[in-house]
Amino acid sequence: MPSSALTAAHPLKDVAASDSALRRFLHGLPGVDAVGLEGRAASLGTRSIKTTAKAYAIDLAISMVDLTTLEGADTPGKVRALGAKAAKPDPTDRTTPATAAVCVYPDMVAVAKEAVAGSGVKVASVATAFPAGRAALDVKLADVRDAVAAGADEIDMVIDRGAFLSGRYVKVYDEITAVKEACGTSARLKVIFETGELSTYDNIRRASWLGMLAGADFIKTSTGKVAVNATPANTLLMLEAVRDFRAQTGIQVGVKPAGGIRTSKDAIKFLVLVNETAGEDWLDNHWFRFGASSLLNDLLMQRQKLATGRYSGPDYVTVD
Amino acid sequence: MAPVFAYAPAPESRAIVDIAPSYGLFIDGEFTEAAEGRVFKTVSPATEEVLSEIAQAGSEDVDRAVKAARRAFEKWSALPGAERAKYLFRIARIIQERSRELAVLETLDNGKPIKETRDADLPLVAAHFFYYAGWADKLDHAGFGANPMPLGVAGQVIPWNFPLLMLAWKIAPALATGNTVVLKPAETTPLSALFFADICRQAGLPRGVVNILPGYGDAGAALIAHPDVNKVAFTGSTAVGKEIARTVAGTRKKVTLELGGKGANIVFDDAPIDQAVEGIVNGIFFNQGQVCCAGSRLLVQESIQEELLESLKRRLSTLRLGDPLDKNTDIGAINSEEQLTRITSLVEQGEAEGAERWSPACELPESGYWFAPTLFTNVTQAHRIARDEIFGPVLSVLTFRTPDEAVAKANNTPYGLSAGIWTEKGSRILAVANKLRAGVVWSNTFNKFDPTSPFGGYKESGFGREGGRHGLEAYLDV
Repeated sequence: MPSSALTAAHPLKDVAASDSALRRFLHGLPGVDAVGLEGRAASLGTRSIKTTAKAYAIDLAISMVDLTTLEGADTPGKVRALGAKAAKPDPTDRTTPATAAVCVYPDMVAVAKEAVAGSGVKVASVATAFPAGRAALDVKLADVRDAVAAGADEIDMVIDRGAFLSGRYVKVYDEITAVKEACGTSARLKVIFETGELSTYDNIRRASWLGMLAGADFIKTSTGKVAVNATPANTLLMLEAVRDFRAQTGIQVGVKPAGGIRTSKDAIKFLVLVNETAGEDWLDNHWFRFGASSLLNDLLMQRQKLATGRYSGPDYVTVD
Repeated sequence: MAPVFAYAPAPESRAIVDIAPSYGLFIDGEFTEAAEGRVFKTVSPATEEVLSEIAQAGSEDVDRAVKAARRAFEKWSALPGAERAKYLFRIARIIQERSRELAVLETLDNGKPIKETRDADLPLVAAHFFYYAGWADKLDHAGFGANPMPLGVAGQVIPWNFPLLMLAWKIAPALATGNTVVLKPAETTPLSALFFADICRQAGLPRGVVNILPGYGDAGAALIAHPDVNKVAFTGSTAVGKEIARTVAGTRKKVTLELGGKGANIVFDDAPIDQAVEGIVNGIFFNQGQVCCAGSRLLVQESIQEELLESLKRRLSTLRLGDPLDKNTDIGAINSEEQLTRITSLVEQGEAEGAERWSPACELPESGYWFAPTLFTNVTQAHRIARDEIFGPVLSVLTFRTPDEAVAKANNTPYGLSAGIWTEKGSRILAVANKLRAGVVWSNTFNKFDPTSPFGGYKESGFGREGGRHGLEAYLDV
């Protein structure tokens, strides 16, 4: 399996030999106590981040945003506007960092690529029959190749939750490795679990390991299309998973909470989770992202408030 | 290399609390000077700054306070339960309204982080008053027969680790059941009890129902020995508890004692590791380990020892030690110089006996009383640090191979206050919990408190229960 990040000599390389072998491995991971996990996430949420630390966190958060539009009504005009905003989020203050990426449907990749050309902003695309993932593997792979050919730097794939929940772990594993291969060397792969549908924390931990074993560059909570998306608790859990995975394999994997993170205050709480769980090695947009559409404006307004001492309101940031 | 995410200081303002330069004793609804005119200073353990000068109670003051409580008892015990409940509800609400002020005060006087006084102590203090206020008019239905009677005057002596919470544990059930109270707070942390005296006045509580006598051990001893005290309640060290037991032996006084502990935190190989690490940290580093039910002995199954210790050390490295008023501080100051000396000496003995000492890289402030979070590995049951209560941020790590061995080691202590079990297997939780000789057994959590849940010890950890319906019994003639 050339696309898996684990080399042939690695002790974990054979865990996906069969469903039963993979099940034994995934079910042998330490359990998750829901009360304790949520308690820890809540207690980290009480960290008080002020002044210089807040300014640092806001700029860092802006630089980690995958500015996203995933609507049926998306048009080239809308995507161009988004790209412009990603490159220069605040036209009144040139010191504002650019976002990490814009995230669009595959058919918009070429437009987005042109819109952010020269800015350093990446283009991410939700391929693989997003958001349900209910299509044949060939269709998903075609979706991915299409996006990569159009210039996507990053592919956000959804896993087959049905296969996962029914214990067909190898199917999920094989799909991820196939998509990773289709990404080639030019695109990084983000694997979306749709944590709200996986329902238990134990499942989220298993999915995280499954994704990483299969070669994910990033693990991502959700599509933003279901009731429960990113939460502090499920993100904390995934941060523990990438930390433990690196400790065992030496391979670093990124984390992307997506959906439902709307305020600077929330974003800063997630950064605290990163800082105190995985550590500062992940405090960088190569390893941590926010999948968000409305978060950026709140970050910009808070940034303006820190710079000027006044809160100007939503008419002082762009509406794209 | 990305710059480090360094949290800027976020100190809670101390302007909200107005500490007077001096305080008297609170007897019969008035602040008065001590009969012998003695005073002592209370300092902030984090800075050694003198916070206030406090009147020091002597035996004459004890006598005055007990007499005032006796006079007040006639009327207070005759009130209908619903009337007493009104006062208790009022006190509970005032505590909630003044909780930020009291949290800052407690942090200044005790040295524990504001995070803990704000999020743990004060909510529990109010909850205890609310809970026992609810019982005041339902005593007939508490399971002690119809019309259970109060005992009379309660002499209560409380420690310095949770000054206001221990006051609530003692005073709320005493008043709900119709007793009156003379309470001696610890000499290093008298301030919140004196602020509570003010709250009693604010609530219009009748004179003499609550009397507060700051002072040293001699005042406590005089209070406990006073012939007109009907009920003695003490939380503190086992050594003092034994003295108290000797003093009251042969008298008709009722006694409850909440004493020391050396709680075992048992981690099985199928435990939720990340949450277990949090529970271990909470078990021993909450309030700098100055907790009688602290999980100060970690019993970890040998097969996961290495993995667990690695996680634990990494987690300890993220603990933030420093200014207790900073909202981001996890570890505050040790309460007194005396306590710091005791911790230091026990830790040195641990090293001398051959246990392996480890602390995270940690800068200690220059003034005040500080001790870095400390972990001892290669500890055996034969080591003194595995047997003596250290009452500080020091964890001893022992290992076991089978559940039976874990139970045997957990129970092999003169104490029996608390224990913790970490496993994903429900049947194992029940099986092990049943065999542990400890008043509280937490499973997959630690140091969780609730006013509805009784708390108390086995063996040298004392007798009697506080909290819950059981907590009423200690203040009723049943």
